Amino acid sequence: MDLGQINPLLLLASLMVAATPILLAAIGEAVVEKSGVLNLGVEGMMITGAVVGFAIGVNTGSPAVGFVAAAAAGAALSMLFGVLVLYLMSNQVATGLGLTLFGLGLSSLIGKPYEGMKAPSMAKWDIPVLGDIPVLGPILFRHDPMVYVSLIIVAVTWYVLTRTRAGLILRGVGENHDAAHALGYKVVRVRLLAIAFGGACAGLGGAYVSLVRVPQWVEGMTAGAGWIALAIVVFASWRPWRVLLGAYLFGGITVLQLNLQAAGAAIPVEILAMSPYVVTILVLVVISLRGNHGAPGSLGRIFHATH
Amino acid sequence: MTGDTRHQNALLTLEGMTKAYPGVVANDQVSFSILPGEVHALLGENGAGKSTLVKMIYGLVKPDAGHMTLRGENFAPVNPAAARASGVTMVFQHFSLFDALSVAENISLGMDNPPERRALSARIREVSQAYGLPLDPGRTVGDLSAGERQRVEIIRCLLQDPKLLIMDEPTSVLTPQEVDILFETLRKLTAEGTAILYISHKLEEIRSLCEHATVLRLGKVVDTCDPREKSARQLAEMMVGDTLHVPFREAAEPGPVALSMSGVSMKSPTEFGTDLRNISLEVRKGEVLGVGGVAGNGQDELLAVLSGESRAQNGTITLAGTDIGAMPPNARRARGLLTAPEERLGHSAAPDMSLTENALLTGAVREKLVNRGFLRWHRTKDFARKIITEFDVRTPGPDNAAGSLSGGNLQKFVIGREVLQRPDVLVVNQPTWGVDASAAAAIRQSLLDLAQNGAAVVVISQDLDELMEISDRFTALNEGRLADPVPTQGLDVETIGLMMGGGETESAA
Amino acid sequence: MIHLEKRPQPSQFWAGFTPILAVIATMIAGGIMFWMLGKPPLEAIRTIFWDPLFHETFGPYSRPQLLVKAGPLILIAIGLSLGFRAGIWNIGAEGQYIMGAICGAGVGLAFYPSESVLIFPAMVLAGALGGWAWAMIPGLLKVKFGTNEILVSLMLVYVAENLLASVSQGLLKNPEGMGFPGSRNFRDFPAAYNTEIISGTGMHWGVAAAFVAVIFAYVLLTRHMLGFQVRLTGEAPRAARFAGVNPTRLILFCLGTSGALAGLAGLFEVSGPSGQVTIDFNSGYGFTAIIVAFLGRLHPIGILLAGLLMALTYIGGELAQLMLGLPAAAIQMFQGMLMFFLLAMDVLSHYRIRFNKTVPV
Repeated sequence: MDLGQINPLLLLASLMVAATPILLAAIGEAVVEKSGVLNLGVEGMMITGAVVGFAIGVNTGSPAVGFVAAAAAGAALSMLFGVLVLYLMSNQVATGLGLTLFGLGLSSLIGKPYEGMKAPSMAKWDIPVLGDIPVLGPILFRHDPMVYVSLIIVAVTWYVLTRTRAGLILRGVGENHDAAHALGYKVVRVRLLAIAFGGACAGLGGAYVSLVRVPQWVEGMTAGAGWIALAIVVFASWRPWRVLLGAYLFGGITVLQLNLQAAGAAIPVEILAMSPYVVTILVLVVISLRGNHGAPGSLGRIFHATH
Repeated sequence: MTGDTRHQNALLTLEGMTKAYPGVVANDQVSFSILPGEVHALLGENGAGKSTLVKMIYGLVKPDAGHMTLRGENFAPVNPAAARASGVTMVFQHFSLFDALSVAENISLGMDNPPERRALSARIREVSQAYGLPLDPGRTVGDLSAGERQRVEIIRCLLQDPKLLIMDEPTSVLTPQEVDILFETLRKLTAEGTAILYISHKLEEIRSLCEHATVLRLGKVVDTCDPREKSARQLAEMMVGDTLHVPFREAAEPGPVALSMSGVSMKSPTEFGTDLRNISLEVRKGEVLGVGGVAGNGQDELLAVLSGESRAQNGTITLAGTDIGAMPPNARRARGLLTAPEERLGHSAAPDMSLTENALLTGAVREKLVNRGFLRWHRTKDFARKIITEFDVRTPGPDNAAGSLSGGNLQKFVIGREVLQRPDVLVVNQPTWGVDASAAAAIRQSLLDLAQNGAAVVVISQDLDELMEISDRFTALNEGRLADPVPTQGLDVETIGLMMGGGETESAA
Repeated sequence: MIHLEKRPQPSQFWAGFTPILAVIATMIAGGIMFWMLGKPPLEAIRTIFWDPLFHETFGPYSRPQLLVKAGPLILIAIGLSLGFRAGIWNIGAEGQYIMGAICGAGVGLAFYPSESVLIFPAMVLAGALGGWAWAMIPGLLKVKFGTNEILVSLMLVYVAENLLASVSQGLLKNPEGMGFPGSRNFRDFPAAYNTEIISGTGMHWGVAAAFVAVIFAYVLLTRHMLGFQVRLTGEAPRAARFAGVNPTRLILFCLGTSGALAGLAGLFEVSGPSGQVTIDFNSGYGFTAIIVAFLGRLHPIGILLAGLLMALTYIGGELAQLMLGLPAAAIQMFQGMLMFFLLAMDVLSHYRIRFNKTVPV
């Protein structure tokens, strides 16, 4: 093994790329959970976003159009979940699981003709001046636009949740839906919007995997990223900036193990490949040691307005 | 003032308000008027239709028929926001605060056009000072006491310059001293011309505060009066419709100590719960010990540590001489300590399970409903039937789900389930909460009978009248501490208030 | 305007009828999907639901397959249903299935080529233990630290898949396999082979175990205190603690049982129908079993029927793939749809639908 092959600069730069899909999915899910809904279908929405983004990207030749389509597909799929959970009051855990299973089937159905194709390439933004800063430049300022889009989404989410009335209403609905209803807020509508946002973000995250990260379509390619996103929301105590931290930490581990594999480390490939999942479990344990602080009060509970 | 002049000067007039739910007419042709600057009492038992009526006024429920006039104009709020825009606001009894949010955020959510954050905080401080309800806008609501939580709701309403303030059982969570402060605030408000629609079944309160009362029974207006001119008993009879049944018993000589707690401290298992601090207590056979206190001062935790849901340290709880501090619930039941928690749906009973299954829930050990792990369904069903018959539970049969029963009937079932197991010690929390008067009387009587037959009974309740009526000795929970019990006879309101936490209100006032 | 009104108690009739309704709705929606894929809808439905059982040429081959496929699904779903009833969400059965297969097969292969009659029972025990131990990880983490069992059990699926990849190319690789990945084939190892009990029916030891599990679960849930505690915990967790249910013990029981049953399913599969440990011998039964559990309404008899139905869609799907060129993924979607319709129609057993005229206010 030659650890010298691992360039720390490249490692840090690819960290942001590796973290982006999970970051997108996790920030969306954080908003959904803040509104009091637990959507376990992130993986299904991500994989659907991945295939739709890829297909549209290939057909139009434009990754940007692909991303938009992926967001729309993720949101559309999430509405299936939203209607079941909010209007038909189905169990959120079971419905989310169903969404994941459904999404996996749907994606492989859509994706069959696209197997083996290559994604249209996405130009990297070489941000002038900033990109030329030694060390920091290549790490922070030479990525594709989606990396920055994801950061903007995090910032906007933070701002909306903590500084605006819409965000306050969303948090109120998630904290105590009966009280929010008694004050005249439309619990179902707020939640439906949050779920759509979560779906769109998961779709974007999935499309990032198929259009940028890999970049091609492989069945089941999200490989549990949606579940890891769910874990990161818990890790982050439902706070946007901590979601960012969690996603980047996780991205770091992923990149490190890939680099170790490439460098031919003495550790078996399978052990390296399973490390992100093992680390996620360890992180969940550490988080649960601290207690469940910050979980929205109505998370996962069924809302039924009696009057 | 005659009906006509009331009508002409009215702030709000209701005419023929009717609302039916499947199987029950909640409001039937309800008509009355509220004058500006008046404290108007809406009086009635649980289930008389008070809540539905005010929900219609506040735009939460659409009436089936009837119409309302506010200051001479047609008033038909489609939602609470519309009601607030017209100057009608409401302080809820339950369910309207957000524990994890700050005071300012809570208040902001209750307003339609809240000012920007800093301005709002300043307004909150200002209004809370002006009305004698001190409150820090930055605190998390989940950490506030029940009285402080109510202030949040009241200030939320006051910031919107209401013309009509609806209050649903506002004093059920307050100490007597806090009630005095609240009444001061309300009087200031009415002096400024705000009308208050005051819902309560506490008669003394209504007599001292309200100028006019509308009495509801089974959804209909049965009477109106000036409560200041009536006695509490007269008001009660208007409400109930026939003469009250007061539980009867003979004072018995208290026997040996049945249950004792010494220095029990426990951290609350819930995030916004109250920790128990150094609780010591002795209950004797044949006596009823009343535990008063404002909601959220450790009642649930005290019950949990006695039921065995929470464990105490070894040696701190003894039952007839046996150390049971670390025992799980069923070991305690086997030794004769039975309990009934406050929340019926989901705690003392499983709503979607049948009454038979609910009989098994606590009866398994003492009624021998299990044989080497296997369930004896016939025996269990017989036990459920016995509860239904002996406690007059109105239900088609033991196969019906617990959740299909009315609150009063389910409570009779829960209390009956414990009483029929012949406990040596029975601990109940809020045995008659949300239960109609006749069921409440039956439940109280059964507790008294149990004590009469030699059991020790601990009644945790927020209803002081109830505790005065049935307990031999009285104590109160305040922030997880228990006062030294005193004989109920000759107890005055001042002392009770102090035991319930008067110290805190003095510093606040 | 339509609105929903909560029933005072769940409707028995609708609880039994909704799965049938969901199957019909899925057939209709599935037909539309097949039509959109350019396949004849009615023929596709017939190929999936009718031909595997009654077609002259395919029937005799595919009928035994019904039990072969239904066995593991039922076995896993029975275990999962206990946890789901109690609100304990083990969704990593796929991982426990893999670990059961690895452990069970490992024990067998360690004694190759012994002919002892004790080998197969030892493998069964090892398989159950493997699945049990893998499920104990989320179980212990949940009771010790309160860690979310959904996420942990799922993460462990990916870990198990990597372990499977590792052992099938390393530890358990067939030394006479000329370098190909995968273990020895159990067909060549009679003492360890999970053979058909009645030849030609597909009835192997795993299917028998599934039937035993159905009966066991039925008695547990209707006649035993432990089953009552499982149901009570799911219906009202606070009431369960009040009734003296020990949540720690219950969590470990539910997760352990479901893990052991999934492990058994894995062992029976790898030592029988699949025949060898390969990198991809697992075919997602652990996930499909979740649908089976819900389709069977978490009731043992329901799960038995649902398992058979789901097995039918597998076999029928393969047949439709062969005959009509229907993509394999279409069947996966079909199963997902079934789950959705089922969840959607569940509303009927808990709520009444009311059509009321809007009242002028």
